[in-house]
Amino acid sequence: MTRDTQSGTPSSASNSPAQPLVSLKNVNKHFGELHVLKDINLEVARGEVVVVIGPSGSGKSTLCRAINRLETIDNGEIRIDGKVLPAEGKALAKLRADVGMVFQSFNLFAHKSILENVTLGPVKVKGMKVNAAKDLAMSLLKRVGVDNQAQKLPAQLSGGQQQRVAIARALAMQPKVMLFDEPTSALDPEMINEVLDAMVSLAKEGMTMIVVTHEMGFARKAADRVIFMADGQIVEQAKPEEFFTNPQSDRAKDFLGKILAH
Amino acid sequence: MDGFLSLFEQYDVAGAFWINIQLTFWAAIWSLLLGTLLALFRISPIASLQWFGATYVNIFRNTPLTIIIAFGVLALFGQLFVSLSEDFNLNFFRLAILGLSLYHAAFVCEAIRSGVNTVPLGQAEAARAIGLSFLPAARLIILPQAFRGAIAPLGNVLIALTKNSTVAAAGSVAESAGLMKTMIEFRSDMVIPIFFTFALGFVIIVIPIGLLTTWASKKLAVAR
Repeated sequence: MTRDTQSGTPSSASNSPAQPLVSLKNVNKHFGELHVLKDINLEVARGEVVVVIGPSGSGKSTLCRAINRLETIDNGEIRIDGKVLPAEGKALAKLRADVGMVFQSFNLFAHKSILENVTLGPVKVKGMKVNAAKDLAMSLLKRVGVDNQAQKLPAQLSGGQQQRVAIARALAMQPKVMLFDEPTSALDPEMINEVLDAMVSLAKEGMTMIVVTHEMGFARKAADRVIFMADGQIVEQAKPEEFFTNPQSDRAKDFLGKILAH
Repeated sequence: MDGFLSLFEQYDVAGAFWINIQLTFWAAIWSLLLGTLLALFRISPIASLQWFGATYVNIFRNTPLTIIIAFGVLALFGQLFVSLSEDFNLNFFRLAILGLSLYHAAFVCEAIRSGVNTVPLGQAEAARAIGLSFLPAARLIILPQAFRGAIAPLGNVLIALTKNSTVAAAGSVAESAGLMKTMIEFRSDMVIPIFFTFALGFVIIVIPIGLLTTWASKKLAVAR
């Protein structure tokens, strides 16, 4: 081995535990004139739970959606498990199958039953046998506590139940990382905890998670790191306890002052 | 009254309507297939396909059907010797179906596209997020919901198609409008009853289509 190879080619680096599972380098994005992501650099380790918070319009949702390319980026580089995010087509679809996504508005397939929502990905994307997919789906639905709703349509479930199904649907693909884009923001208050509980237990099991949320309780309970975004930039990052008790930047102090005032 | 009834002995009115029903049936199937394909083009991420879909719709939607049908007979068959059957009448019948299908596919495409607009963007995003590429996402998630949201406008296209099947008379197909013209020519004593007979015939054919599509659009609506 020569000195030159020590930096490591992508293939040799792949799957090593030291390498970040998700990495963003100098990522920029504009919506027209608006610079929504400004030179974002972020690395998320395997098994790490990262909570992204910040005022609305700070770019946190865009950041989350850029990681599985639901939003394109202008420049910079995003890697999942060492591989650069492909531009379009089959390669991108394949990579997305490894990245679970949970949306603010659940987005369950409205014309399919709960069970079909969860089996669709494994059967159609991974080519799993229907019966095996059903067993997997039922065990996941049981895990999030909605297995008794399997035959219903999404519209027949409460918001909290729908979101737990959405988590099961994402888990059915056995993703390497899970993205949560404000998963509790569209829920009635009494349903928030059932979703957060499912997320906390997922975090405890070692799932790599990137969670955009305003739920400080979740951040304290389950996050390894809090990232504070404002105006398209990562302003501050720290362990949850440290961030909430002793924020460094004025923007973070201001933001926390506003949301914790009541 | 006897004079009126003698019309039906003299002319095969039901047979002529049966031709319209057959024209409508086949053109409905072909225009649905072609229109779905065009809609797929128009919502696809590939710019050249989008362009083709949009161009097709704008050309065929904005051309009078009479010109398309006459083109089939006088240009395709008469000049270019395109023949869809050895049988003389069957050839004209099929050319009429071709013209009706090409024309109504443009409207079917737009009806389905309006159905696609009833499907929230999040459905497509969720499909992409679990790793479905464009075609499977369209086939499994978007189009099934789009069709269910497009039943009412598709019903309108079918109603228009049913009545437009009379234009096949311009393509030498012996259907009801052609027969009506013949009957008026030879039974000028009965002009008004003849008009009402054919008007009533179409009302009887079309009303069930309207009722059925209204019922189906409610029954199959996607609950959100």
